[in-house]
Amino acid sequence: MANLTALKDGIVNSQVWKSVFRVGIPNTNRKRVLAVLGSLILHLHPVKVRRSGVRMSYTWCMGGTSFFLFLVETVTGLLLMFYYRPTIEYAFTDIMDLREQAPFGIMREMHRWGAHAMVIAVWLHMFRVFMTGSYKPPREFNWNVGVILLVLTLLLSFTGYLLPWDQLAIWAITVGSSMARASPGAGNEGPMSGLVKLGDIRLIHAGDDARFALIGGRSIGAATLLRFYVLHCVVIPLAAGFLMAIHFWRVRKDGGISGPL
Amino acid sequence: MDFIKDFVNVLSAGSISFLLLTSIFALIIYFNLLNGRIKSGGGIAFLGFGILLLVVGIFIRPLAYLGVAYLLILFGLAALGGRLWDTKVGLRLFVVGGLAFGLSMLDPNFFLIAAKPDNVPIVAMIFLLGFFTWLALRKAYLNDSQLALGGIPWEKTESDEKLFTWPDLVYTEMLCMILLTIVMIVWSVVLRAPLEEAANPTSSPNPAKAPWYFLGLQEMLVYFDPWLAGVVLPTLIIVGLMAIPYIDTNPKGNGYYSFRERKWEIGVFLYGFLVLWSFLIITGTFLRGPNWNFFGPYEFWDPNKLVPLVNVDLSELMWVKVLGTSLPKLWIIREIFGLALIGAYLGTPPVMAAGPFRRFYLKMGAARYYVGAYLFLIMMSLPIKMVLRWLFNLKYILHIQEIFFNV
Repeated sequence: MANLTALKDGIVNSQVWKSVFRVGIPNTNRKRVLAVLGSLILHLHPVKVRRSGVRMSYTWCMGGTSFFLFLVETVTGLLLMFYYRPTIEYAFTDIMDLREQAPFGIMREMHRWGAHAMVIAVWLHMFRVFMTGSYKPPREFNWNVGVILLVLTLLLSFTGYLLPWDQLAIWAITVGSSMARASPGAGNEGPMSGLVKLGDIRLIHAGDDARFALIGGRSIGAATLLRFYVLHCVVIPLAAGFLMAIHFWRVRKDGGISGPL
Repeated sequence: MDFIKDFVNVLSAGSISFLLLTSIFALIIYFNLLNGRIKSGGGIAFLGFGILLLVVGIFIRPLAYLGVAYLLILFGLAALGGRLWDTKVGLRLFVVGGLAFGLSMLDPNFFLIAAKPDNVPIVAMIFLLGFFTWLALRKAYLNDSQLALGGIPWEKTESDEKLFTWPDLVYTEMLCMILLTIVMIVWSVVLRAPLEEAANPTSSPNPAKAPWYFLGLQEMLVYFDPWLAGVVLPTLIIVGLMAIPYIDTNPKGNGYYSFRERKWEIGVFLYGFLVLWSFLIITGTFLRGPNWNFFGPYEFWDPNKLVPLVNVDLSELMWVKVLGTSLPKLWIIREIFGLALIGAYLGTPPVMAAGPFRRFYLKMGAARYYVGAYLFLIMMSLPIKMVLRWLFNLKYILHIQEIFFNV
């Protein structure tokens, strides 16, 4: 035991350890403050937090869970990108390869279950925030950022759904994207879009309406796959990451985890 | 056993299950939370409602089933003993729910749907939603009884006390991360992600379903045209959610669980989130089979099930069935009843603002009042349309095919 303590002290007091963590073991209040302030990751948090805000029975830990699942999705998603090519020729066979050949291949499983879990976690987070009245002033704006993040979560999951390029994927996206066809004024089967005319020629048709813009063609095809891939891997994650930064920053600026005034 | 299964199959039909859920929602929210227990003075009113359903059920068959199920659940809740928010009763509810699910899994038809890989998270979601609704209302109930005695909410006793982020918060987060990592790894090892045969644009599956979180919207397609169910209403859900903090000016209940101080907000939100959104997702996932026909949870998904198409438009109902003439040629006359009905529906907020809701109108201001009122009316148009469909087989209130404008 004495040896272990000596070993621990040796490590913590070594130049290597100190170069990374600056303060040693945070065993005094001063060091606890410095441990949080001195770390890029931890300084997302304030130095001190409300006791009620730390309680799991209050927060349900759902905001943290959503963020953690986003990180899980990022890491597993990056690994999947090594194996996957977003073209009609390869998409499905790459997934088959991944499933049958890659050793310990649970990355796709974790990515898919993580996506479902993230949708549920974000809903429960919104549910908790509503039930504690945490959207009330001064947190109105952050609630709005949260709603947009919820929509982005659904869009992330929706765009990812197409990528395996199996029957489940294309028909789910066919059903989901066919709604755009009915957009009022902008879809070729939507109300009022028949009124957009130049002489006798309808300007809104299947080749230029809202659905065409969404899927890049008249039916789900190669263009859709590439489009959804780019949206799924680059555009939406970047947007979500940016909004998350605002979301977390505002949590602190609006007075930390909510509590009674 | 078969009798119970048949009974549950009948009950699951939207016309019954939705009304049952709405009644139980009202029961739990507005009755039990206030009094804490089913067996008390207010219980008589709910018992009376159940008996009324049975009496009306003599004439309208589905309401009889509704009444029986409603009374069974009422007595079931009372038999659990104690307040609904006691830990003991919550545990019993959980055990009953778990047992019902476990026994149902023995049924091959139920197993086939519930154990489909992509549906597993939704099964988990049902239990999570149940648990967290119970937890939130329990905490609200405890705080409310404190506040009623002139006390302070539980969160207040601890909110002034500050803890160091290191170690208290950081360790909680780390434990959560470890636990979640374990859950994710075990889940990923045990259950394989679904992969069907390669995409084939020429062979569409029956039923073709959207991803599960959009199945509520797909289910809405039964009652509304795509431009409403798929475009306008989802947009308004997002707009409505974003408008909440600006419409709700009640300063109470900020930062702690409570119900009594925020009855309306919580009632409306929970109705939209649990009874509309979640119920429709669950229906769309578990109870909609080939051709988007309804199937009970223990029913075989028979692709040849025949469902008569008997839905009629309001214009047909009024001109042909009631007035006994043919449909007028000009659409503005043909649809006069629908236009009047929708006009009256959308005309209520200004009328109410001048009358019974004057107090709200003055307190909230015109912008808040009207935005809130119209968002609420649009949300309620869904259950209203559902009930009209079940009672009168009503297809469209307004059917202007000339400009694709159908409501």
